[in-house]
Amino acid sequence: MNNLKKTMILTTALVATGFAVSAQEVNVVSWGGAYSASQVEAYNKPFTEMTGIKVNMIDADNPASPLKAQVEAGNVTGDVFDPEVSDAMRLCDEAALVAIYPDDLPSRPNGTPAIDDFVDGALRDCAVANIVWGTVIAYDTTKFPNGLPTTAADFFDLEKFPGKRGLPKNPKRTLYLALIADGVPAAEIYEKLGSAEGVEQAFAKLDTIKNDVVWWEAGAQPPQLLADGEVSMTTVYNGRIFDAMVSEGKPFDVIWDGQYMDLDMFAIPKGSPNPEAAMEYLKFATDTQRLADQAKYISYGPARKSSAALVGLYKDGKTEMGPHMPTAPNNMTNAVLDDPEFWADHDVELSEQFNAWLAG
Amino acid sequence: MTTAANGEGFVVFDRVQKSYDGETLVVKDLNLSVGKGEFLTMLGPSGSGKTTCLMMLAGFETATHGEIRLGGTNINMVPPHKRGIGMVFQNYALFPHMSVGENLAFPLEVRGMGKSERETKIKRALDMVQMGSFINRRPAQLSGGQQQRIALARALVFDPELVLMDEPLGALDKQLREHMQFEIKHLHESLGITVVYVTHDQGEALTMSDRVAVFNDGRIQQLAPPEDLYERPENSFVAQFIGENNKLPGTIEELGADKALVRLANGELIDATPVNVTEKGQKTLVSIRPERVEFKPEMMPPGAHMIGAEVLEVIYMGDILRARLRVAGSDDFVMKMRNTLGQTKLSPGQSLKIGWHPQDARALDPL
Amino acid sequence: MTDATASLTTADGKPLKAALAASQARAKRKALMLVAPLFLFVVITFVIPIGQMLFQSIYNPTFSDAAPALDEWFGANPQGTVPDEAAFAALAADLKLMREERTAGAAGTRINYDVAGTRSLFTAAARRADDLAPPYREAILALNEDWGDPMIWRAMRSASSAFTPDFYLAALDMTRDEAGKIVQVEERQRVYKKLFGRTLMLSGLITVLCMLLAFPIAHLLATLPLAKSNILMILVLLPFWTSLLVRSTAWIVLLQQQGVINSALVALGIIDDQGRIAMIYNQAGTIIAMTHILLPFMVLPLYSVMRTIPPSYVRAARSLGASSWTAFRRVYLPQTLPGIAAGALLVFILAVGYYITPALVGGADGQLISNLIAFHMQKSLNWSLAAALAGLLLGGILLLYWLYDRLVGIDKMKLG
Repeated sequence: MNNLKKTMILTTALVATGFAVSAQEVNVVSWGGAYSASQVEAYNKPFTEMTGIKVNMIDADNPASPLKAQVEAGNVTGDVFDPEVSDAMRLCDEAALVAIYPDDLPSRPNGTPAIDDFVDGALRDCAVANIVWGTVIAYDTTKFPNGLPTTAADFFDLEKFPGKRGLPKNPKRTLYLALIADGVPAAEIYEKLGSAEGVEQAFAKLDTIKNDVVWWEAGAQPPQLLADGEVSMTTVYNGRIFDAMVSEGKPFDVIWDGQYMDLDMFAIPKGSPNPEAAMEYLKFATDTQRLADQAKYISYGPARKSSAALVGLYKDGKTEMGPHMPTAPNNMTNAVLDDPEFWADHDVELSEQFNAWLAG
Repeated sequence: MTTAANGEGFVVFDRVQKSYDGETLVVKDLNLSVGKGEFLTMLGPSGSGKTTCLMMLAGFETATHGEIRLGGTNINMVPPHKRGIGMVFQNYALFPHMSVGENLAFPLEVRGMGKSERETKIKRALDMVQMGSFINRRPAQLSGGQQQRIALARALVFDPELVLMDEPLGALDKQLREHMQFEIKHLHESLGITVVYVTHDQGEALTMSDRVAVFNDGRIQQLAPPEDLYERPENSFVAQFIGENNKLPGTIEELGADKALVRLANGELIDATPVNVTEKGQKTLVSIRPERVEFKPEMMPPGAHMIGAEVLEVIYMGDILRARLRVAGSDDFVMKMRNTLGQTKLSPGQSLKIGWHPQDARALDPL
Repeated sequence: MTDATASLTTADGKPLKAALAASQARAKRKALMLVAPLFLFVVITFVIPIGQMLFQSIYNPTFSDAAPALDEWFGANPQGTVPDEAAFAALAADLKLMREERTAGAAGTRINYDVAGTRSLFTAAARRADDLAPPYREAILALNEDWGDPMIWRAMRSASSAFTPDFYLAALDMTRDEAGKIVQVEERQRVYKKLFGRTLMLSGLITVLCMLLAFPIAHLLATLPLAKSNILMILVLLPFWTSLLVRSTAWIVLLQQQGVINSALVALGIIDDQGRIAMIYNQAGTIIAMTHILLPFMVLPLYSVMRTIPPSYVRAARSLGASSWTAFRRVYLPQTLPGIAAGALLVFILAVGYYITPALVGGADGQLISNLIAFHMQKSLNWSLAAALAGLLLGGILLLYWLYDRLVGIDKMKLG
């Protein structure tokens, strides 16, 4: 409670300046669905309450697309965008985004500067992370009466854990899993994937289950594949499987071993109509309390370490959100963090190999 | 040329009935016998059942009841391609993707005939319709009349004994139609084939046929040679369907074996030949052909009744003059007069007496 | 006299041709104005984009614009020249320019298409470009010794000319070696030719299946009474009106291993529980789903052709002695050829370009070339390669169209 009060005072002080000068609205472009809804509840409503600035939520399939289009057309209508980290970096390289300095971001309530409070890779030249989401292994608990799988290696063990496997049809979220299952430590994944032998090793591991894989493309597919009994185990975005488990009560469980962590960013395009209000919103939304609040509505982890302690119950009022966060310490013991630089260099090459492997 | 001498004909419909929906009969209890070498026309308005009969004979429709026999064999269960019947269709049905020669070769090829024999037959059939030089044309490159000839040649090329024709001249203009009627008739005579011909054009039926079967309401109303059909219609439908006809409604006043006295609505009496009236006091419709009406007393047989008439209009039609008269209260009584040199000139408003030979007035059922 | 015979004139002496043109000018203007909207629409939405796409497949100025100094050095020194100090000085100058203009990422991406793993080389070097001092060769190699790799210099040379056939090479699984000679890419990297082949094969198969399924349906539609055929027609057109997601879900529910069909077969004892048939997430899924969605494109032209074939043709054939099979084969079928041809061409061309359906239900071996075009359009953002792949596909289809015209004749086609 004390923390909350402090934060509120701090934020009020922070936005006071913005309050005086800003136009009276800010346009936020995000992904829609439950994700946007959680941002409305956790960020927008309190922001408007505090500052009087109206927040318009605009949905997009991928906010990076309208961002790029608007900047290229020279007619920017959105103020804050919610791109993936790789898109944010590319757009930053293309000089489409305004710079964001870590020093401008609110420190944590106890005074630790923002630069030390955010998780690795969360602060970029032109973007700041709001949440961390994970790609995890999920399984149907009813399919394995003789003991449940616990590791990434079990995902590749068709004998002990029979049934089909679900994997996304791209190299980024499959090759790492094969290497983790083959015993490569999370820290060495990118080094391995950067070498021909490492890639070969990953494909060799994937070969062992190739005939039993159902490939998915859209995030909505894997929970459905599990629910239909088409697969007994699949990789899945942790928010999606949380919904299936908690909201729909499906008998699924998650293996956090070898999770793949991604960041979602906030970024402000150059030439946005309300730049001051946009920056105020961005600072407000990425403070410790707001990030923690968002977890009440969706199971994505706050990008600030200090938010973890503030994460409470899910909106159903009984599910403790802590263990469902990708950022929970227990869940991160063998986690692979997304490396946009690596993928910017190697996505095309590995995608070609992956497609050739698939087609072969 | 008419019905075969020893009992049964070449084509026989024996108590044939046809229904499409199980509720109404399109063909009702049809009995018909066509002799070998005969040219028989099925004539009737559309929906009278004539085309259905033809389709049953060709094998494209099955009889709901009864038997159709060809040359003494029941062909109810014989598929169309095994019946060996030539057929000419309303719109010719020449195969558009084949040349004239290929169209004619088709029935010979499916019969497994050798090439040289085919060529002889095709040439003969084309010569028969004076189309020998068109062998390599496509149907689309031919005029309607030419297509008609090719269709005819195709139906004849495999030497069928029976040829069916379904309104084959319907799409041609009047002059061509009359010419083709003559040609078809000529072919029929020279080849000695049996033809069953369907049309709704009575002129065509009368010109070409040995016998005509007048269809109405799923039944044959009258089956007779053209002359009988015109001169001695057996009921009011036939009388009206064939040729132009005056009809006078009345009541039988006296009934003899071959003569009846009919009292018209206005009380006047006329003579008539009883056809399908049976007793005194019965309602009847007297039918008289316009060209048999006389207005000169010297032309009338002795003792014949004459009745009053008023000329309403006289139309000059070249070969004939056509007068519309008011007779017994009705305004559509027509009289035709030959346009001869000394012909009496009638003028509207003129009153006169008209009459006819009792044989020419037929007392029929009142429809 | 000679003048009078030269040209005909109107009653008042004007030349007849001029008078005719004047009297028709108004009508011509009107006709032109009516056609203009469509013409503009086609030009703006079709001709220009396709032209742009084809242009993009051979034109990519990202690197040449970002690196003018290198461009100049490559121009002055022929292929095979070992990069000297002047070359590295040009590189350093360009890296500085890239830093100023923030084009290092884009330039690096362009080289990365050719030599994997080089994008970060450019972004990292550009970040520190201001610290570079002569001798540049040592300075740059000190940043990262990969800068000495001849492959990178070969790739930069290729990319320094904006017009390049390299994207077409890549689309045919080919690349250049260090000396600039065209060679096949490594076997594990070869994917496009295989997928082109598979796309043509599957599209052909789908076309044949559509033909076999659509023929009886179209015939039924053409011969049934109107009231009944309308209902059937609605059933045929239903896939058109259903959203793709609804359709995909329906296919998944029906075809998956725990789906309706498999469960029914198991319940009937035709297959056992272990032997459930994989009908989706593989080639079979792609074939089934695409046949379903493309069926109407075959039914409609067939139907419109069959409706104009009077039943008297088959009857005539039968009366002439042909069995029902012979009548069908020799009389009915040839007359439906324009419809078959139109439907087949339509279905084939649509099938070749389909990508959402194979992406959703195609699994690993049901992918088509269009899926990779979409990948390069949306994910890798290598639009030039996407354009080259699309250009090859377009060329292939035009070739087929030409062949078709030669063999069947486009005028024989009837779209209904």
